[in-house]
Amino acid sequence: MRYMDEALVTKRMSKRLAYNKLWRTIFFIATSFALITLAILLYRVVTQGAGYLNWEFLTNFASRFPAKAGIKAALIGSLWLMAVVAPVSIILGVGTAIYLEEYAKKNKINDFIRMNISNLAGVPSIVFGLLGLTIFVRTFGFGKSILAAGLTMSLLILPVIIVAAQEAIRAVPNDQREASYGMGATKWQTIIRVVLPAAIPGILTGSILALSRAIGETAPLVVIGIPVILQFLPTSVFSEFTALPMQIYDWAKRPQEEFQYVAAAGIIVLMTVLIIMNSIAVFIRNKFQKRY
Amino acid sequence: MVVLQDAQKTTATNPTVKPMIVTENATKKIVYDTRNLDLWYGEHHGLKDVNLEIYENEVTAIIGPSGCGKSTYLKTLNRMVELVPSVRTSGQIMYRERNILSKEYPVEELRTHVGMVFQKPNPFPKSIYDNIAYGPRIHGIRNKKVLDEIVEKSLRGAAIWDEVKDRLNQNAYGLSGGQQQRICIARCLAIEPDVILMDEPTSALDPISTLKVEELVQELKEQYSIVIVTHNMQQAARISNRTAFFLSGEVVEYDETDNIFQNPTDQRTEDYISGRFG
Repeated sequence: MRYMDEALVTKRMSKRLAYNKLWRTIFFIATSFALITLAILLYRVVTQGAGYLNWEFLTNFASRFPAKAGIKAALIGSLWLMAVVAPVSIILGVGTAIYLEEYAKKNKINDFIRMNISNLAGVPSIVFGLLGLTIFVRTFGFGKSILAAGLTMSLLILPVIIVAAQEAIRAVPNDQREASYGMGATKWQTIIRVVLPAAIPGILTGSILALSRAIGETAPLVVIGIPVILQFLPTSVFSEFTALPMQIYDWAKRPQEEFQYVAAAGIIVLMTVLIIMNSIAVFIRNKFQKRY
Repeated sequence: MVVLQDAQKTTATNPTVKPMIVTENATKKIVYDTRNLDLWYGEHHGLKDVNLEIYENEVTAIIGPSGCGKSTYLKTLNRMVELVPSVRTSGQIMYRERNILSKEYPVEELRTHVGMVFQKPNPFPKSIYDNIAYGPRIHGIRNKKVLDEIVEKSLRGAAIWDEVKDRLNQNAYGLSGGQQQRICIARCLAIEPDVILMDEPTSALDPISTLKVEELVQELKEQYSIVIVTHNMQQAARISNRTAFFLSGEVVEYDETDNIFQNPTDQRTEDYISGRFG
Protein backbone atom coordinates (compact mmCIF):
# COMPACT_ATOMS: atom_id res chain seq x y z
CA MET A 1 0.00 0.00 0.00
CA ARG A 2 1.46 3.35 -1.01
CA TYR A 3 0.71 6.47 0.98
CA MET A 4 1.88 8.88 -1.73
CA ASP A 5 -1.07 9.60 -4.01
CA GLU A 6 0.29 10.43 -7.48
CA ALA A 7 -2.85 12.32 -8.51
CA LEU A 8 -2.78 14.48 -5.40
CA VAL A 9 0.92 15.20 -5.79
CA THR A 10 0.40 16.33 -9.39
CA LYS A 11 -2.58 18.44 -8.43
CA ARG A 12 -0.70 20.25 -5.68
CA MET A 13 2.49 20.65 -7.68
CA SER A 14 1.62 23.90 -9.46
CA LYS A 15 0.40 25.45 -6.21
CA ARG A 16 3.60 24.50 -4.39
CA LEU A 17 5.75 25.88 -7.18
CA ALA A 18 3.77 29.12 -7.17
CA TYR A 19 4.30 29.50 -3.43
CA ASN A 20 7.97 28.83 -3.91
CA LYS A 21 8.15 31.69 -6.40
CA LEU A 22 6.06 34.02 -4.24
CA TRP A 23 8.41 33.74 -1.28
CA ARG A 24 11.43 34.31 -3.47
CA THR A 25 9.79 37.54 -4.71
CA ILE A 26 8.97 38.68 -1.17
CA PHE A 27 12.55 38.22 -0.02
CA PHE A 28 13.85 39.97 -3.11
CA ILE A 29 11.59 42.98 -2.43
CA ALA A 30 12.86 43.10 1.15
CA THR A 31 16.43 43.28 -0.13
CA SER A 32 15.58 45.85 -2.80
CA PHE A 33 13.98 48.10 -0.23
CA ALA A 34 17.30 48.67 1.51
CA LEU A 35 19.23 48.98 -1.72
CA ILE A 36 16.78 51.48 -3.25
CA THR A 37 16.78 53.61 -0.11
CA LEU A 38 20.56 53.71 -0.15
CA ALA A 39 20.59 54.57 -3.86
CA ILE A 40 18.11 57.45 -3.44
CA LEU A 41 20.05 58.77 -0.47
CA LEU A 42 23.34 58.66 -2.33
CA TYR A 43 21.80 60.24 -5.43
CA ARG A 44 20.32 63.17 -3.48
CA VAL A 45 23.46 63.76 -1.46
CA VAL A 46 25.77 63.61 -4.44
CA THR A 47 23.63 65.82 -6.71
CA GLN A 48 23.22 68.40 -3.97
CA GLY A 49 26.70 68.34 -2.53
CA ALA A 50 28.96 67.67 -5.48
CA GLY A 51 28.88 71.32 -6.54
CA TYR A 52 30.31 72.46 -3.21
CA LEU A 53 32.87 69.71 -2.99
CA ASN A 54 36.31 70.97 -3.96
CA TRP A 55 39.76 71.35 -2.47
CA GLU A 56 38.83 74.61 -0.70
CA PHE A 57 35.96 72.82 1.01
CA LEU A 58 38.45 70.45 2.57
CA THR A 59 40.97 73.13 3.51
CA ASN A 60 38.72 75.98 4.70
CA PHE A 61 37.42 76.53 8.20
CA ALA A 62 33.71 76.97 8.85
CA SER A 63 32.23 80.28 7.68
CA ARG A 64 28.93 82.11 7.73
CA PHE A 65 29.15 82.40 3.93
CA PRO A 66 28.17 79.10 2.31
CA ALA A 67 30.59 79.53 -0.57
CA LYS A 68 33.54 79.94 1.82
CA ALA A 69 32.47 77.28 4.31
CA GLY A 70 34.92 74.41 4.73
CA ILE A 71 35.19 71.22 6.71
CA LYS A 72 38.85 71.34 7.73
CA ALA A 73 38.31 71.71 11.48
CA ALA A 74 35.69 68.94 11.57
CA LEU A 75 37.69 66.51 9.43
CA ILE A 76 40.86 66.97 11.45
CA GLY A 77 38.80 66.91 14.67
CA SER A 78 37.25 63.58 13.72
CA LEU A 79 40.69 62.14 13.00
CA TRP A 80 41.88 63.32 16.43
CA LEU A 81 38.80 61.76 17.96
CA MET A 82 39.61 58.44 16.30
CA ALA A 83 43.19 58.66 17.57
CA VAL A 84 41.76 58.55 21.11
CA VAL A 85 38.86 56.17 20.51
CA ALA A 86 40.75 53.49 18.56
CA PRO A 87 43.48 52.62 21.10
CA VAL A 88 41.27 53.05 24.17
CA SER A 89 38.35 50.99 22.89
CA ILE A 90 40.41 48.27 21.20
CA ILE A 91 42.76 47.72 24.14
CA LEU A 92 39.93 47.66 26.69
CA GLY A 93 37.61 45.70 24.42
CA VAL A 94 40.05 42.99 23.38
CA GLY A 95 41.36 42.72 26.95
CA THR A 96 37.83 42.19 28.24
CA ALA A 97 37.07 39.65 25.54
CA ILE A 98 40.24 37.67 26.30
CA TYR A 99 39.41 37.66 29.99
CA LEU A 100 35.83 36.52 29.44
CA GLU A 101 36.66 33.84 26.87
CA GLU A 102 39.98 32.47 28.09
CA TYR A 103 40.23 33.12 31.81
CA ALA A 104 36.77 33.57 33.33
CA LYS A 105 35.21 30.40 34.68
CA LYS A 106 31.78 29.43 33.50
CA ASN A 107 29.68 30.49 36.47
CA LYS A 108 26.61 32.59 37.15
CA ILE A 109 28.47 35.84 37.82
CA ASN A 110 30.39 35.63 34.55
CA ASP A 111 27.27 34.65 32.63
CA PHE A 112 25.62 37.74 34.10
CA ILE A 113 28.55 39.91 32.99
CA ARG A 114 28.46 38.43 29.48
CA MET A 115 24.73 39.00 29.17
CA ASN A 116 25.00 42.59 30.32
CA ILE A 117 27.76 43.45 27.89
CA SER A 118 25.38 42.45 25.12
CA ASN A 119 22.68 44.58 26.75
CA LEU A 120 25.09 47.50 26.97
CA ALA A 121 25.49 47.39 23.19
CA GLY A 122 21.82 48.30 22.92
CA VAL A 123 21.89 51.36 25.20
CA PRO A 124 21.06 54.54 23.21
CA SER A 125 24.04 56.70 22.41
CA ILE A 126 22.53 59.76 24.08
CA VAL A 127 22.66 57.94 27.40
CA PHE A 128 26.39 57.41 26.91
CA GLY A 129 26.61 61.12 26.09
CA LEU A 130 25.05 62.01 29.44
CA LEU A 131 27.42 59.59 31.19
CA GLY A 132 30.38 61.22 29.45
CA LEU A 133 29.16 64.69 30.36
CA THR A 134 28.89 63.76 34.02
CA ILE A 135 32.08 61.77 34.36
CA PHE A 136 34.64 63.01 31.87
CA VAL A 137 33.55 66.61 31.19
CA ARG A 138 32.55 67.59 34.73
CA THR A 139 33.91 65.15 37.35
CA PHE A 140 37.31 64.64 35.73
CA GLY A 141 37.27 68.21 34.41
CA PHE A 142 38.35 67.34 30.88
CA GLY A 143 35.93 69.95 29.50
CA LYS A 144 34.68 69.75 25.93
CA SER A 145 37.96 68.26 24.85
CA ILE A 146 38.93 65.51 22.44
CA LEU A 147 39.82 63.38 25.44
CA ALA A 148 36.37 63.68 27.03
CA ALA A 149 34.57 63.01 23.76
CA GLY A 150 36.98 60.21 22.84
CA LEU A 151 36.51 58.40 26.14
CA THR A 152 32.74 58.77 25.84
CA MET A 153 32.79 57.35 22.32
CA SER A 154 35.04 54.53 23.52
CA LEU A 155 32.47 53.55 26.14
CA LEU A 156 29.79 53.67 23.48
CA ILE A 157 31.49 51.25 21.10
CA LEU A 158 33.22 49.13 23.74
CA PRO A 159 30.40 46.57 23.99
CA VAL A 160 30.38 46.15 20.21
CA ILE A 161 34.13 45.52 20.16
CA ILE A 162 33.95 43.15 23.12
CA VAL A 163 31.21 41.08 21.50
CA ALA A 164 33.02 41.00 18.12
CA ALA A 165 36.32 40.04 19.76
CA GLN A 166 34.62 37.38 21.89
CA GLU A 167 33.12 35.83 18.79
CA ALA A 168 36.47 35.91 16.98
CA ILE A 169 38.22 34.29 19.95
CA ARG A 170 35.49 31.69 20.32
CA ALA A 171 35.82 30.82 16.61
CA VAL A 172 39.40 29.62 17.18
CA PRO A 173 39.02 25.83 17.34
CA ASN A 174 39.75 24.29 20.71
CA ASP A 175 42.13 21.75 19.20
CA GLN A 176 44.49 24.66 18.51
CA ARG A 177 44.61 25.51 22.20
CA GLU A 178 45.00 21.83 23.10
CA ALA A 179 47.95 21.50 20.72
CA SER A 180 49.64 24.43 22.42
CA TYR A 181 48.91 23.35 25.99
CA GLY A 182 49.98 19.84 25.03
CA MET A 183 53.52 21.08 24.46
CA GLY A 184 53.70 22.75 27.83
CA ALA A 185 52.73 26.26 26.79
CA THR A 186 51.27 28.51 29.46
CA LYS A 187 47.89 30.12 29.03
CA TRP A 188 49.48 33.45 28.13
CA GLN A 189 51.79 31.85 25.52
CA THR A 190 48.80 30.06 24.03
CA ILE A 191 46.79 33.28 23.86
CA ILE A 192 49.54 35.42 22.36
CA ARG A 193 50.90 32.82 19.91
CA VAL A 194 47.88 30.79 18.89
CA VAL A 195 44.56 32.36 19.84
CA LEU A 196 45.19 36.02 19.03
CA PRO A 197 46.93 35.49 15.66
CA ALA A 198 43.96 33.40 14.57
CA ALA A 199 41.40 35.83 16.00
CA ILE A 200 43.02 39.08 14.84
CA PRO A 201 41.17 39.32 11.49
CA GLY A 202 37.81 39.00 13.21
CA ILE A 203 38.81 41.37 15.98
CA LEU A 204 40.07 44.04 13.58
CA THR A 205 37.05 43.75 11.33
CA GLY A 206 34.69 44.18 14.27
CA SER A 207 36.77 47.01 15.69
CA ILE A 208 36.89 48.96 12.46
CA LEU A 209 33.15 48.61 11.97
CA ALA A 210 32.67 49.83 15.56
CA LEU A 211 35.01 52.77 14.93
CA SER A 212 33.08 53.73 11.83
CA ARG A 213 30.00 53.85 14.00
CA ALA A 214 31.84 56.16 16.40
CA ILE A 215 32.93 58.51 13.64
CA GLY A 216 29.34 59.02 12.51
CA GLU A 217 27.83 59.26 15.99
CA THR A 218 26.39 62.70 16.84
CA ALA A 219 24.22 62.48 19.93
CA PRO A 220 27.01 62.07 22.53
CA LEU A 221 28.86 65.06 21.01
CA VAL A 222 25.72 67.20 21.21
CA VAL A 223 25.23 66.29 24.85
CA ILE A 224 28.85 66.97 25.73
CA GLY A 225 28.35 70.31 23.99
CA ILE A 226 31.32 70.47 21.68
CA PRO A 227 31.39 73.64 19.55
CA VAL A 228 30.65 73.72 15.83
CA ILE A 229 32.28 76.84 14.52
CA LEU A 230 35.98 76.62 15.20
CA GLN A 231 38.64 78.65 13.46
CA PHE A 232 41.58 76.68 14.75
CA LEU A 233 42.84 73.11 14.80
CA PRO A 234 43.30 71.07 17.97
CA THR A 235 46.86 70.92 19.29
CA SER A 236 46.45 68.20 21.91
CA VAL A 237 43.84 65.80 23.29
CA PHE A 238 42.86 68.54 25.76
CA SER A 239 41.92 70.98 22.96
CA GLU A 240 38.39 71.85 22.04
CA PHE A 241 37.40 70.44 18.70
CA THR A 242 34.52 69.75 16.39
CA ALA A 243 33.69 66.63 14.39
CA LEU A 244 32.19 65.79 11.02
CA PRO A 245 28.67 64.81 12.12
CA MET A 246 28.43 67.92 14.36
CA GLN A 247 29.45 70.15 11.50
CA ILE A 248 26.92 68.51 9.17
CA TYR A 249 24.19 68.80 11.78
CA ASP A 250 24.95 72.49 12.24
CA TRP A 251 24.86 73.24 8.52
CA ALA A 252 21.69 71.23 7.97
CA LYS A 253 19.73 73.21 10.56
CA ARG A 254 20.68 76.65 9.18
CA PRO A 255 17.97 78.66 7.42
CA GLN A 256 19.93 79.58 4.26
CA GLU A 257 19.23 77.07 1.49
CA GLU A 258 22.86 77.02 0.30
CA PHE A 259 23.94 75.53 3.60
CA GLN A 260 21.82 72.45 2.80
CA TYR A 261 24.16 71.86 -0.13
CA VAL A 262 27.19 72.46 2.05
CA ALA A 263 25.80 69.87 4.46
CA ALA A 264 25.42 67.44 1.56
CA ALA A 265 29.06 68.02 0.64
CA GLY A 266 29.97 67.30 4.27
CA ILE A 267 27.98 64.07 4.13
CA ILE A 268 29.96 63.02 1.06
CA VAL A 269 33.19 63.55 3.00
CA LEU A 270 31.87 61.61 6.00
CA MET A 271 30.62 58.76 3.83
CA THR A 272 33.91 58.59 1.98
CA VAL A 273 35.71 58.20 5.30
CA LEU A 274 33.24 55.45 6.28
CA ILE A 275 33.62 53.61 2.98
CA ILE A 276 37.40 53.71 3.31
CA MET A 277 37.21 52.30 6.85
CA ASN A 278 34.78 49.57 5.85
CA SER A 279 36.92 48.66 2.85
CA ILE A 280 39.91 48.26 5.12
CA ALA A 281 37.81 45.95 7.30
CA VAL A 282 36.81 43.83 4.31
CA PHE A 283 40.40 43.78 3.06
CA ILE A 284 41.72 42.60 6.42
CA ARG A 285 39.05 39.95 6.66
CA ASN A 286 39.85 38.54 3.23
CA LYS A 287 43.59 38.83 3.46
CA PHE A 288 44.26 37.39 6.88
CA GLN A 289 41.47 34.90 7.34
CA LYS A 290 42.89 31.56 8.48
CA ARG A 291 41.40 28.30 7.45
CA TYR A 292 41.35 25.17 9.54
CA MET B 1 63.37 -9.98 22.96
CA VAL B 2 62.42 -8.75 19.51
CA VAL B 3 62.18 -5.21 20.80
CA LEU B 4 65.78 -5.04 21.81
CA GLN B 5 67.09 -6.48 18.57
CA ASP B 6 65.17 -3.85 16.66
CA ALA B 7 66.59 -1.19 18.89
CA GLN B 8 70.14 -2.23 18.22
CA LYS B 9 69.55 -2.32 14.51
CA THR B 10 68.09 1.17 14.46
CA THR B 11 70.86 2.50 16.63
CA ALA B 12 73.45 1.18 14.25
CA THR B 13 71.93 2.66 11.13
CA ASN B 14 70.68 5.96 12.52
CA PRO B 15 73.25 7.96 14.45
CA THR B 16 70.65 10.46 15.73
CA VAL B 17 69.00 7.75 17.82
CA LYS B 18 70.10 7.74 21.42
CA PRO B 19 71.75 4.41 22.20
CA MET B 20 69.36 2.33 24.18
CA ILE B 21 70.37 0.91 27.49
CA VAL B 22 70.27 -2.82 26.97
CA THR B 23 70.19 -4.68 30.21
CA GLU B 24 70.14 -8.38 30.82
CA ASN B 25 67.33 -7.83 33.23
CA ALA B 26 64.09 -8.14 31.32
CA THR B 27 62.08 -6.15 33.84
CA LYS B 28 61.39 -2.79 32.29
CA LYS B 29 61.36 0.53 34.01
CA ILE B 30 57.99 1.91 34.98
CA VAL B 31 57.20 5.34 33.54
CA TYR B 32 53.70 5.80 34.86
CA ASP B 33 52.30 4.10 37.88
CA THR B 34 48.62 4.81 38.31
CA ARG B 35 47.31 4.07 41.78
CA ASN B 36 43.62 3.98 42.68
CA LEU B 37 42.70 6.67 40.20
CA ASP B 38 39.09 7.82 40.27
CA LEU B 39 37.72 10.61 38.13
CA TRP B 40 34.39 12.38 38.04
CA TYR B 41 32.88 14.66 35.40
CA GLY B 42 30.46 16.49 37.67
CA GLU B 43 28.29 13.62 38.91
CA HIS B 44 29.46 11.14 36.30
CA HIS B 45 32.02 8.64 37.59
CA GLY B 46 34.31 8.49 34.54
CA LEU B 47 37.20 6.39 35.85
CA LYS B 48 36.82 3.84 38.63
CA ASP B 49 39.80 2.73 40.68
CA VAL B 50 42.24 2.50 37.80
CA ASN B 51 45.55 0.81 38.58
CA LEU B 52 47.93 0.63 35.66
CA GLU B 53 51.66 0.56 35.08
CA ILE B 54 53.11 1.90 31.87
CA TYR B 55 56.58 0.76 30.91
CA GLU B 56 59.50 2.49 29.30
CA ASN B 57 60.09 2.07 25.56
CA GLU B 58 56.92 0.15 25.04
CA VAL B 59 53.72 0.84 23.17
CA THR B 60 50.81 0.57 25.53
CA ALA B 61 47.45 0.37 23.78
CA ILE B 62 44.20 1.29 25.45
CA ILE B 63 41.12 -0.24 23.90
CA GLY B 64 37.46 -0.31 24.77
CA PRO B 65 34.07 0.78 23.48
CA SER B 66 33.07 4.45 23.12
CA GLY B 67 32.59 6.17 26.45
CA CYS B 68 34.60 3.59 28.39
CA GLY B 69 37.01 6.23 29.68
CA LYS B 70 40.02 5.34 27.58
CA SER B 71 40.53 8.87 26.21
CA THR B 72 39.81 10.32 29.62
CA TYR B 73 42.51 8.14 31.14
CA LEU B 74 44.98 9.18 28.44
CA LYS B 75 44.23 12.83 29.10
CA THR B 76 44.83 12.47 32.81
CA LEU B 77 48.38 11.35 32.00
CA ASN B 78 49.22 14.90 30.88
CA ARG B 79 46.39 16.51 32.86
CA MET B 80 44.76 17.73 29.68
CA VAL B 81 41.53 16.55 31.25
CA GLU B 82 41.67 19.64 33.46
CA LEU B 83 40.61 21.76 30.49
CA VAL B 84 37.13 20.35 31.05
CA PRO B 85 35.48 22.28 33.87
CA SER B 86 34.01 20.30 36.77
CA VAL B 87 36.54 17.46 36.61
CA ARG B 88 37.63 15.96 39.95
CA THR B 89 40.19 13.27 40.52
CA SER B 90 41.40 11.19 43.45
CA GLY B 91 44.24 8.74 43.72
CA GLN B 92 47.75 9.07 42.36
CA ILE B 93 49.51 8.97 39.05
CA MET B 94 53.22 8.61 39.65
CA TYR B 95 55.24 9.76 36.67
CA ARG B 96 58.91 9.00 37.17
CA GLU B 97 58.17 8.71 40.87
CA ARG B 98 56.42 12.05 41.23
CA ASN B 99 52.68 12.39 41.69
CA ILE B 100 51.47 14.48 38.76
CA LEU B 101 48.03 14.97 40.30
CA SER B 102 49.57 16.91 43.15
CA LYS B 103 49.06 20.67 42.98
CA GLU B 104 52.81 21.23 43.34
CA TYR B 105 53.53 19.59 40.00
CA PRO B 106 53.34 22.38 37.39
CA VAL B 107 51.27 21.13 34.51
CA GLU B 108 53.46 23.04 32.03
CA GLU B 109 56.50 21.09 33.21
CA LEU B 110 54.66 17.78 32.95
CA ARG B 111 53.62 18.52 29.40
CA THR B 112 57.16 19.22 28.28
CA HIS B 113 58.00 15.64 29.26
CA VAL B 114 54.78 14.20 27.93
CA GLY B 115 53.83 15.10 24.38
CA MET B 116 50.44 14.48 22.85
CA VAL B 117 49.10 13.67 19.40
CA PHE B 118 45.42 14.21 18.88
CA GLN B 119 42.64 12.43 17.06
CA LYS B 120 42.19 15.06 14.38
CA PRO B 121 45.40 16.49 12.91
CA ASN B 122 45.64 19.96 14.44
CA PRO B 123 48.61 21.82 13.01
CA PHE B 124 48.68 25.56 13.57
CA PRO B 125 47.81 27.73 10.57
CA LYS B 126 51.49 28.60 10.30
CA SER B 127 54.35 27.38 8.15
CA ILE B 128 55.62 23.84 8.60
CA TYR B 129 58.79 25.26 10.13
CA ASP B 130 56.91 27.41 12.65
CA ASN B 131 54.72 24.47 13.60
CA ILE B 132 57.72 22.35 14.54
CA ALA B 133 59.58 25.24 16.15
CA TYR B 134 56.57 26.16 18.28
CA GLY B 135 57.45 23.91 21.20
CA PRO B 136 61.15 24.79 21.38
CA ARG B 137 60.28 28.48 21.08
CA ILE B 138 57.85 28.49 23.97
CA HIS B 139 60.56 26.89 26.04
CA GLY B 140 62.90 29.71 25.20
CA ILE B 141 65.03 28.52 22.30
CA ARG B 142 65.68 31.55 20.06
CA ASN B 143 68.85 30.54 18.23
CA LYS B 144 67.99 30.08 14.55
CA LYS B 145 70.65 27.46 13.98
CA VAL B 146 69.49 25.37 16.92
CA LEU B 147 65.88 25.68 15.76
CA ASP B 148 66.87 24.63 12.24
CA GLU B 149 68.48 21.51 13.65
CA ILE B 150 65.51 20.70 15.87
CA VAL B 151 63.11 21.12 12.94
CA GLU B 152 65.11 18.81 10.72
CA LYS B 153 65.64 16.22 13.43
CA SER B 154 61.96 16.23 14.40
CA LEU B 155 60.73 15.98 10.83
CA ARG B 156 63.16 13.13 10.17
CA GLY B 157 62.00 11.50 13.37
CA ALA B 158 58.42 11.64 12.13
CA ALA B 159 59.47 10.25 8.72
CA ILE B 160 58.22 13.28 6.83
CA TRP B 161 61.43 15.24 6.20
CA ASP B 162 61.83 14.09 2.60
CA GLU B 163 58.26 15.06 1.77
CA VAL B 164 58.43 18.59 3.17
CA LYS B 165 62.09 19.66 3.21
CA ASP B 166 61.60 21.88 0.13
CA ARG B 167 58.55 23.65 1.48
CA LEU B 168 59.21 24.32 5.12
CA ASN B 169 57.89 27.85 4.73
CA GLN B 170 54.55 26.79 3.32
CA ASN B 171 51.41 26.59 5.41
CA ALA B 172 50.99 23.21 7.08
CA TYR B 173 47.38 23.19 5.93
CA GLY B 174 48.51 22.64 2.38
CA LEU B 175 49.48 19.08 3.32
CA SER B 176 47.27 16.00 3.19
CA GLY B 177 45.58 14.76 6.36
CA GLY B 178 48.12 11.99 6.84
CA GLN B 179 51.03 14.37 6.36
CA GLN B 180 49.43 16.84 8.76
CA GLN B 181 49.24 14.13 11.40
CA ARG B 182 52.92 13.30 10.95
CA ILE B 183 53.67 17.05 11.21
CA CYS B 184 51.82 16.97 14.52
CA ILE B 185 53.93 14.02 15.60
CA ALA B 186 57.08 15.89 14.56
CA ARG B 187 55.86 18.95 16.47
CA CYS B 188 55.50 16.74 19.50
CA LEU B 189 59.01 15.26 19.02
CA ALA B 190 60.46 18.77 18.88
CA ILE B 191 60.00 19.22 22.63
CA GLU B 192 62.03 16.01 23.07
CA PRO B 193 59.45 14.31 25.23
CA ASP B 194 59.87 11.22 27.35
CA VAL B 195 56.37 9.89 26.74
CA ILE B 196 54.08 10.38 23.75
CA LEU B 197 50.34 10.10 24.25
CA MET B 198 48.32 9.36 21.15
CA ASP B 199 44.56 9.75 21.15
CA GLU B 200 43.24 7.69 18.24
CA PRO B 201 45.87 9.22 15.96
CA THR B 202 44.75 7.37 12.84
CA SER B 203 40.99 7.52 13.14
CA ALA B 204 40.78 10.47 10.72
CA LEU B 205 43.28 9.03 8.25
CA ASP B 206 43.07 6.85 5.15
CA PRO B 207 44.54 3.30 5.25
CA ILE B 208 47.89 4.21 3.68
CA SER B 209 48.46 7.14 6.03
CA THR B 210 47.39 4.91 8.90
CA LEU B 211 50.02 2.37 7.92
CA LYS B 212 52.71 5.07 7.84
CA VAL B 213 51.75 6.30 11.29
CA GLU B 214 51.75 2.74 12.62
CA GLU B 215 55.23 2.12 11.22
CA LEU B 216 56.32 5.37 12.76
CA VAL B 217 54.99 4.33 16.16
CA GLN B 218 57.10 1.16 15.89
CA GLU B 219 60.21 3.25 15.27
CA LEU B 220 59.42 5.82 17.93
CA LYS B 221 59.10 3.32 20.75
CA GLU B 222 62.85 2.77 20.60
CA GLN B 223 63.30 6.21 22.07
CA TYR B 224 60.00 7.05 23.64
CA SER B 225 57.35 5.40 25.73
CA ILE B 226 54.06 5.53 23.86
CA VAL B 227 50.52 5.27 25.11
CA ILE B 228 47.98 4.96 22.33
CA VAL B 229 44.21 4.96 22.54
CA THR B 230 42.63 3.19 19.62
CA HIS B 231 39.26 2.06 18.42
CA ASN B 232 40.91 -0.33 16.06
CA MET B 233 41.66 -3.66 17.73
CA GLN B 234 43.81 -4.92 14.86
CA GLN B 235 45.89 -1.79 15.28
CA ALA B 236 46.35 -2.48 18.98
CA ALA B 237 47.32 -6.07 18.18
CA ARG B 238 49.75 -4.97 15.47
CA ILE B 239 51.65 -2.23 17.22
CA SER B 240 51.43 -2.57 20.98
CA ASN B 241 53.41 -4.49 23.56
CA ARG B 242 50.75 -4.25 26.20
CA THR B 243 47.04 -3.67 26.01
CA ALA B 244 44.58 -2.41 28.59
CA PHE B 245 40.91 -3.09 28.04
CA PHE B 246 38.63 -0.45 29.56
CA LEU B 247 34.92 -0.88 30.13
CA SER B 248 32.63 1.69 31.82
CA GLY B 249 35.58 3.44 33.42
CA GLU B 250 37.21 0.31 34.78
CA VAL B 251 40.27 -1.60 33.66
CA VAL B 252 38.90 -5.04 32.93
CA GLU B 253 42.16 -6.57 31.86
CA TYR B 254 45.72 -5.40 31.36
CA ASP B 255 48.40 -7.68 30.05
CA GLU B 256 50.87 -8.25 27.25
CA THR B 257 49.10 -7.74 23.96
CA ASP B 258 49.55 -11.32 22.83
CA ASN B 259 47.88 -12.62 25.97
CA ILE B 260 45.00 -10.16 25.69
CA PHE B 261 44.24 -11.10 22.12
CA GLN B 262 44.98 -14.80 22.22
CA ASN B 263 44.28 -15.75 25.75
CA PRO B 264 42.05 -13.26 27.53
CA THR B 265 41.20 -14.20 31.08
CA ASP B 266 38.03 -12.15 31.37
CA GLN B 267 34.90 -13.08 29.45
CA ARG B 268 34.15 -9.41 28.71
CA THR B 269 37.56 -8.95 27.10
CA GLU B 270 36.97 -11.97 24.93
CA ASP B 271 33.53 -10.73 23.94
CA TYR B 272 34.92 -7.33 23.01
CA ILE B 273 37.93 -8.45 20.99
CA SER B 274 35.87 -11.05 19.15
CA GLY B 275 33.48 -8.28 18.13
CA ARG B 276 30.47 -9.37 20.15
CA PHE B 277 29.90 -5.82 21.39
CA GLY B 278 31.48 -2.37 21.26
